[in-house]
Amino acid sequence: MNDTTSSRATRVLGIAALVSLAFSLSFGLIFSPPEVFQADSVRLMYIHLPSVAVAYSCFAVTLLGSIIYLRNGSTFWDLLAGAAGEIGVLFTAFLLISGSLWGKPTWGVYWQWDPRLTSTAVMFIMYIGYLVVRRLELPPDVRSRRAAVLGIVSFVNVIIVHYSVQWWRGLHQGQTIGIDTQLDGLMLFSLFLGLVSFLVVGSWLLVHRFRIAWLEHQLSAQGMERAIAERRAEGGFGLSGSGA
Amino acid sequence: MLHDALLMAGKDLRIERGSRVVLGQILPFGALVLILFGLAISPDLTVLGTDRRSVLAQVSPGLFWMAVLFSALQALNRSFAVEAADGNLDGLKMAGLDPAGIFLGKAGTVTAQLLVLEILLGAGAFLIYGAPLDSVILLVVTVLFATTSITSAGTLYAALGSGLRVRDTLVPLLVLPVLAPVLLAATLATDAAVFGPAGDGWSWALLLAVFALLYVGIGMLAFGPIMEET
Repeated sequence: MNDTTSSRATRVLGIAALVSLAFSLSFGLIFSPPEVFQADSVRLMYIHLPSVAVAYSCFAVTLLGSIIYLRNGSTFWDLLAGAAGEIGVLFTAFLLISGSLWGKPTWGVYWQWDPRLTSTAVMFIMYIGYLVVRRLELPPDVRSRRAAVLGIVSFVNVIIVHYSVQWWRGLHQGQTIGIDTQLDGLMLFSLFLGLVSFLVVGSWLLVHRFRIAWLEHQLSAQGMERAIAERRAEGGFGLSGSGA
Repeated sequence: MLHDALLMAGKDLRIERGSRVVLGQILPFGALVLILFGLAISPDLTVLGTDRRSVLAQVSPGLFWMAVLFSALQALNRSFAVEAADGNLDGLKMAGLDPAGIFLGKAGTVTAQLLVLEILLGAGAFLIYGAPLDSVILLVVTVLFATTSITSAGTLYAALGSGLRVRDTLVPLLVLPVLAPVLLAATLATDAAVFGPAGDGWSWALLLAVFALLYVGIGMLAFGPIMEET
């Protein structure tokens, strides 16, 4: 048995992640031109939008895993939902950081009550709550069930928060300068590269995080079996004659 | 299911009649929050170039709903604290009560308690912050739907935290992000009801009605899996 969570497939995936990130960085930082209005700050888009894609994909996996877990109690889907939740929160953090860094040169401030920024911040905290529930000291099946309910409800809430905040700002100000600026071919290509590389990195992280969770699960199950065996041995069934 | 809901609500209201926790502790807490907001935002503060109303009066709808949210967290905690001892939740399940009925009963009781609290707090807010009132109907509709949203979403999340040592710190973390849109819609609808024109507030009141229906629905569906083997 090897003592890592890697396999041949994940090593290939890991190398693909490194190579595509290197390509993505060189196109994003060097080969692509600055934008007419936003100048160099447009380069943040090449990591910002891919972070959005990874975060939302992860939360969709959490939703799917939670639904399947509630239907058939599958440990696989429960652990996958949890792993995806963690990676999703990580990329939401990237999203918030890159978004506010972009906001500084564009709006002049790090934080603006922009609908996307506001609803993303609320979503971030909502999924931190999900991760907290996954770590609660509860019997594993009770914890998984509560987490699954939360994983489903949180996704619905993300949609509600998103639209209500958008509606709120829509009444007060015009459309914020968004991503609808003109992109030339090389910029689109850089964005596409960023998307591919982030999705590969995200999947690689997800597979490893899932395998760790799976090993932890096996370990706790083994620990339980061993504890039962030890108790049995202590009880002795009169064989060892220790107390007799 | 409705019968079970009434049973639950009756039980919780009898406990409240005996213990007076909501009226005796949570209501004064809400009033205290309102007074502290008054100290944090000076009542003498006015914004130049706008009307002569104080900033405190202008932001009073939002402050009122913040005070309601904080009080609601306390009331929700109380609602599940009474079930924490002696495996009460297991007892309720063993008694064969419908989970959706338990949810409706618990949410209904907290709604009734919060409505009383809101009437008293609202009267207080108008008196101490000096806010006028433009449309009573819009205000009543807003309060009804916003409260139902807060208590139904709150009851669902309070149940997720039930039976835990970390319940007091966990439940606010889970509930408040979910209630952010409710706070937003309730504040804007109340703002329109208080300062007018009321027409601006009806779309937000409608949104609150949608929230209320949605959260009651989700709560009734999700309570079964949460109650199972807790």
